[in-house]
Amino acid sequence: MLRFLARRLALTIPVLLGVASLVFSLIHLIPGDPAQAMLGESASPQDVAELRARLGLDRPLVEQYGRFLEGALHGDLGRSLRTNQPVATAILERLPATIELAAAAMIVAVAFAIPLGIAAAVWRGTAVDHTASTVSLLGISIPNFWLGPLLAIVFSIELGWLPVSGRGTWAHLVLPAISLGAALAAILARMTRATLLEELREHYVTAARARGASRARAVVRHAFRNSLIPVITLIGLQFGAVLTGAVITETIFAWPGIGRLLIQSIGFRDYPLVQGCILLIAVTYVGMNLLTDLLYGLVDPRIRYE
Amino acid sequence: MSKVGAATVLVAIVAALIGPALARSDPAAQDLARRLDGPSATHWFGLDEVGRDIFARVLAGARISLLVGIVVVSISSAVGTLLGSIAGYFGGLIDEAISRIIDILLAFPGLLLVIALVAVLGPSLANVVVALSLIGWVGYARLVRGQVLRAREFEFVQAARALGAGTPRILVRHVIPTALPALTVQATLGMGGAILAEAALSFLGLGVQPPTPSWGTMLNGGRTHLLDAPHLTIFPGLAIAFLVLGFNFLGDGLRDALDPVTRRAG
Repeated sequence: MLRFLARRLALTIPVLLGVASLVFSLIHLIPGDPAQAMLGESASPQDVAELRARLGLDRPLVEQYGRFLEGALHGDLGRSLRTNQPVATAILERLPATIELAAAAMIVAVAFAIPLGIAAAVWRGTAVDHTASTVSLLGISIPNFWLGPLLAIVFSIELGWLPVSGRGTWAHLVLPAISLGAALAAILARMTRATLLEELREHYVTAARARGASRARAVVRHAFRNSLIPVITLIGLQFGAVLTGAVITETIFAWPGIGRLLIQSIGFRDYPLVQGCILLIAVTYVGMNLLTDLLYGLVDPRIRYE
Repeated sequence: MSKVGAATVLVAIVAALIGPALARSDPAAQDLARRLDGPSATHWFGLDEVGRDIFARVLAGARISLLVGIVVVSISSAVGTLLGSIAGYFGGLIDEAISRIIDILLAFPGLLLVIALVAVLGPSLANVVVALSLIGWVGYARLVRGQVLRAREFEFVQAARALGAGTPRILVRHVIPTALPALTVQATLGMGGAILAEAALSFLGLGVQPPTPSWGTMLNGGRTHLLDAPHLTIFPGLAIAFLVLGFNFLGDGLRDALDPVTRRAG
């Protein structure tokens, strides 16, 4: 187990380094002079030169890269061009809102998907299965930037049950969580159906039924428990999609999280803040994938790296 | 399901091709006096915030969506197939290098890197296509690499090598064709993905810029009128969901038809 852990951790380091390098290079992909682009065409040459010096853009590329990596390791991601607030502080202020939204979306997704997937597998080939499959495909195909406004039209504007935007009470969380969790629910329901169908074909389920276990007991106590492993993995791997989806959902519902901060920073050409948000989301994603892999290895002893 | 998908996609293609003839209005023509008017006999989907016909704009938007999908999928699948087959066929250092690049690009969740790239390159249709293609090839490369690794050992490939066929010929004539069924499925689902991504970027203001009629841009314009004119949001969104669902149905159907395992399990 220790060797598996060490190897998996070692594999993550070059990926993290690659991620950081890519985020570093973003600023250099800006066509023309990055400092000029940030300040706009009307900025004076003196202001542009000052910004270049402040961001270290006047130093050799290798030195800039070294400073960026060193800063990132120490949590120093520079300062926002607009507010002069440290990037790390700005991000940390918004982090709880994004975590709250992502967690709520995942809870909504699991609560909806697991029963739907089980029903589709148990009543395979029937109207229940076809309906569940269609609902799942709809969930994958309906973009959250459409579902969100639709939910707002129905539940906020027509019915007046829920607030249309902002953060504060649990009522503010309902529509963003459903809008963000729908696609994940659809993917999870399909996965639950597929893995449960596989398990239901196994001999131990037949054996349980032969011993007199009811159909419901065979499904829930035996097959479902085993089919959970890939489903849990998928939840972990889909965390990245939830984080990216949060960028859109937060924009729709004016949810004060990292996603909205990212889009606002792009609008203001506040590139240090853009880099910080991208780096944080990507590193969180890599971390979640690592955690999922490790948990998978822990739960299923057959999985080991040679 | 795949028939429903194929029919949906066909309807969208026909609509995109003969759209201007179908719509009685010019998608750019403004009628400010009747702005935000709801659906009627003359304007089936109503009018938008500056009085443009939403039906005509949805049809014009189909062209942009399909164009983005076709260009992104063509570039991504061509680059991905080339790099994936090189990595899989030659192995060694070149495989290591390509695989590490794939790992790093896969370490970014979905749209995030595309958003980042468009943020620095500047919002435009061309940059959306560039950004989506820069990320899109990864999935195809991984798929083709796996298929090529397997195909490399097939007897007919070894026979071709023994007969003196050169590497490019072996790859193009013998190895890559074995990956074609999987590639077709991936490309079909990729069309839906690219269309959805373009719409998302345009919705965020990072893609196609107004007044060009893209479905995402139209949805973005509808955000401020949710209260007084929900039809601005409903129809472009319906078009996106319709087309993406079509490609997903088609991709799912193709996968079931081409994969002997799922076909047997039915």
